[in-house]
Amino acid sequence: MSPHEVRREAQGEAQDEIQDEVRGVAIEIEELEKSYGAEPVLRGVDLTVRRGEILVILGASGSGKSTLLRCLVGLERPDAGRLCLNGVDLFHDPPAAVAALRERMGVAFQGGALFGSLTVAENVDLPLAEFTRLPESTRRIVVDIKLALVGLRHARDLLPAELSGGMVKRAALARAMALDPDLLFCDEPSAGLDPITSAGIDQLLLRMREVFGVTLVVVTHELASAFSIADRIALLHRGRVQALGPPAELEASTDPIVRRFLDRRADEETESAGLLEGLLEERGIHA
Amino acid sequence: MAILSGRTLDRMVLGPVRRRPIRLRTTLAQVARAGTESLPLVALIMLLVGMILGLQSAEQLDRFGVVDLVAGLVSVSVARELAPLLTAIIVAGRVGSSIAAELGTMQVDQEIDALTVIGIDPVHYLVAPRIAGLVIALPCLTVFGDAVGILGGFLVGIGVLDLGASSYLMNSLTALTLEDVWGGIVKAVAFAAIIGVVGCERGLATRGGAEQVGRSTTAAVVRSIVLVIAADLFVTGLLYAGGGA
Repeated sequence: MSPHEVRREAQGEAQDEIQDEVRGVAIEIEELEKSYGAEPVLRGVDLTVRRGEILVILGASGSGKSTLLRCLVGLERPDAGRLCLNGVDLFHDPPAAVAALRERMGVAFQGGALFGSLTVAENVDLPLAEFTRLPESTRRIVVDIKLALVGLRHARDLLPAELSGGMVKRAALARAMALDPDLLFCDEPSAGLDPITSAGIDQLLLRMREVFGVTLVVVTHELASAFSIADRIALLHRGRVQALGPPAELEASTDPIVRRFLDRRADEETESAGLLEGLLEERGIHA
Repeated sequence: MAILSGRTLDRMVLGPVRRRPIRLRTTLAQVARAGTESLPLVALIMLLVGMILGLQSAEQLDRFGVVDLVAGLVSVSVARELAPLLTAIIVAGRVGSSIAAELGTMQVDQEIDALTVIGIDPVHYLVAPRIAGLVIALPCLTVFGDAVGILGGFLVGIGVLDLGASSYLMNSLTALTLEDVWGGIVKAVAFAAIIGVVGCERGLATRGGAEQVGRSTTAAVVRSIVLVIAADLFVTGLLYAGGGA
């Protein structure tokens, strides 16, 4: 590394620290480790998410991004490390503090995870009915506001099975935003959607941040979506943060792993699989 | 399964103390579901079994010239053993399987995860009402099965064996004691808990996709039936060992 690059990196770190202090830290992840059996999935992840920031976690399949998200929302207990959301240690603080934290966070799952037996409005109303003492008439107004925010007011009485893919994602976002959370986690919000609907979801996420000042953590492997919404991108590779920075910084990266991902080049394993297929085909063997 | 049973019992018993009683509306919906799904089948099976039992026992009792004992034999056998066991097997097939399929699908579709991250306890929200619903519905279905089974024997008694209607009924009532009916109800409560816990546990343990949901459903029915029969032996031993009751 040249003296110029060292100086630029030091300046970048100093700027990050200043921004952390000014805006406050919403999420702190330190040395997070998680294994499934003997297979390590997260190998010491360190990340900080600033309040009001949109952090996109990018990574190939098997990079550990979904496991990281499951740890962040409390669905998986990490083997080691520390995970603090809004200053609450998700796995070590008392249950009452964690329960209060849960009311301040929303999660939109990849497939929506809407309750199939409830209408769209009932899905959005569920957190309100459980955690507020609002009368039903007020809850109805709140639900309509949330549905209007995602453009689904007309679909309030439909069942999830009657919705299109994009509508399911928007309904899931409306439910995640029901209690006006500070933290919003989205798992593959654009996966399986056409480019126009996908762009609409991106706009919606940006509007959520603009209107509510919510901190967003978005897990995706959609490059276009990541680059259009992210303040910073964390690229996960084999359970570690390979690169972290604003989209422009990542775009300019010369790290071969980052380049391979951004330039959509096949990895060695896929390439060798291709070679094997070629060899088999040459010998007239069809897998 | 033991952990799930403990957690469910905790939500049922200590829930009201913590001002989190189990959901009445969901529980009643489960009672209605168990009833509507199983009632016609319980009626049909118990009517046929009552008739078969009447015919089978009549042949044996006729050798000793005591064919009029058919009434007592049918009513006691139905109340003590056949109605609780067969109703439980029907409910395991109809309701236990649908609970496993429903929760399994919810697990696969991440709906259980969604409940957890919202902060809603899936055991309180989903499991406890289903088990409570079965614990209410199965004894009711068993008493209904008792009545229909005895009716089956009665129809054979007066239609095939030429026993008088009033004497058949009198013999039934004389042989049948309240303890016989209570014994059947006690069994039904135990069987309901088994079917509910197994169905919920298999559903929540589902991982993967649609194929796994199918496997969980089958496993729930098979395990429930095996455990119900094993529990039947145990409860029968407790209630009637040594020729009691």
